[in-house]
Amino acid sequence: MHLIQKEEGGLSEEIALFLAKELNLPPVEVYSVASFYSMFTVKQQKAKYIIRVCVSLPCYLKGSDKILEVLHKELGINSGEVSADKKFFIEEVSCLGACGKAPVMLINETLYDNLTPEKVREIISQLKDENSTEEYSQTGL
Amino acid sequence: MKIVLRNIHKQGYKGDIESYLKEQGYTALKKALTLSPSQIIEEVKKARLLGRGGAGFPCGVKWEFVYREKEFPKYVVCNADEGEPGTFKDRLILENDPHLLIEAMIICGFAIGAEEGFIYLRGEYFKAYQILERALEEARSKGFLGEHILNSNFSFHIRLYRGAGAYICGEETALLDSLEGKKGQSRVKPPFPTFVGFKNKPTVLNNVETFANITQILLNGGEWFAQIGSSHSPGTKLYCLSGDVKKPGVYELPTNISLNQLIEEFGGGVEGELKAVLPGGVSSSLLTPDKLDVIMDYFHLQEVGSMLGSGAVIVINKDRCMVDLAKRCAEFFDYESCGKCVPCREGTKRAREILVNITRGKGELKDLELLKELAEVMFDTSRCGLGQSALNPVRSSIEKFSQEFEEHILKKRCPLGICSLC
Repeated sequence: MHLIQKEEGGLSEEIALFLAKELNLPPVEVYSVASFYSMFTVKQQKAKYIIRVCVSLPCYLKGSDKILEVLHKELGINSGEVSADKKFFIEEVSCLGACGKAPVMLINETLYDNLTPEKVREIISQLKDENSTEEYSQTGL
Repeated sequence: MKIVLRNIHKQGYKGDIESYLKEQGYTALKKALTLSPSQIIEEVKKARLLGRGGAGFPCGVKWEFVYREKEFPKYVVCNADEGEPGTFKDRLILENDPHLLIEAMIICGFAIGAEEGFIYLRGEYFKAYQILERALEEARSKGFLGEHILNSNFSFHIRLYRGAGAYICGEETALLDSLEGKKGQSRVKPPFPTFVGFKNKPTVLNNVETFANITQILLNGGEWFAQIGSSHSPGTKLYCLSGDVKKPGVYELPTNISLNQLIEEFGGGVEGELKAVLPGGVSSSLLTPDKLDVIMDYFHLQEVGSMLGSGAVIVINKDRCMVDLAKRCAEFFDYESCGKCVPCREGTKRAREILVNITRGKGELKDLELLKELAEVMFDTSRCGLGQSALNPVRSSIEKFSQEFEEHILKKRCPLGICSLC
């Protein structure tokens, strides 16, 4: 399912039915699992960059709401929406386990920490221009 | 005193198998294979190691339960679904010293008579996933994992599983359901996983940090470990400091440290003026500044009406509105409740509604009584720890900061100007 989510951006009805048949399960079982977990979606949300912003308490204390504000403004979308060019998707998530370097966000599989509004603007403008996350990849303890 | 982080804090330590072998890596496993299972369990029992995931159940007793079960196959499961907001200790171990965990799981398998183990990893820990996969491969290629480990008759396999973003899957029975490929929803306890666990077979389920203590216990003996830290829960604990503190991070310290020492000596002090501390993540009750000399172990924190949980110490300063924070905690639990049992599913929803109303200036005084009652009912009747502890921060902030709540309700104003109240 992780693979399908990554490749297809969600488990559509068609895929769920296929999976149920392959695994010899009732389709409802597949659907219930897909809809239960927040990292799986039943609607297709395909975007090049999935931005997950932590909104749990430690990050909130360090200003995650301002990070979200900047993202909303820079990308012109709200949380839970895909940008018009299908490049960005913003999601508010629970703790990402890096509270020592709060606030943090995860873009695809890369963690960005110790964020400030300026830093976020920089990261986003880089992604808009160069299509590369590598240069900025950084995580710590 | 470092036990869990002893390797990680050494300069140049990379966490791969070569570095690990240089630091006595897999010598505990070699020693274990010369002992009998009951001897190993005896050492762990002597150490009085308490489960570090939050419940604080004696690890040796757990192993013994499973060892004595007659049902086969048995399983070893590692809970690496670290999800409690404010907790980031397991990630540190997983990413920087994965073999410490792998070796301990193999030893556990040998001690209880299991041949298969699982690591249930959080879906969001992408980096840890790659590191663990590589570490497992390294262990296999060196003969520490797989068939006939170190030419003995003992075989053990470990499989790595990824979760998919559900906080509830850190609860042990929900984790097992998720591991079996179902929705992660809690089961009724008892029976406990030690008797009816993965695929209804006897299962040892321990947290990453618990496992990370095992190799040192075997090498130095249980008695050595039992002398460290507080006598109620010996050893060291990884404390995760976050929030309004000058030097946030993970600190490994003996369990007899006080909260004050932890924040002042190691965390570099509070940023701003201290208002309250959540000593065990958002599931624990708030402590006010007059309780700062409490000893940070399971027993003493319970005595002052809170809990250690996973050791997530969240510091809150005077610029924060408690009503706003209580609302945030309630929103989190409403989102993460698995929906299986009624008290939690409905309770978390209503608590959020009431608190949102208060922050919008639509609260009434009787709401506060209602919330306290709700916290009590959920504590008594919820099926698992999530529901039982969900309203701890809400209840304790009403009790300790009632003035703030009353001002929101009666004067329709937020003293700190954080809640919009319209």
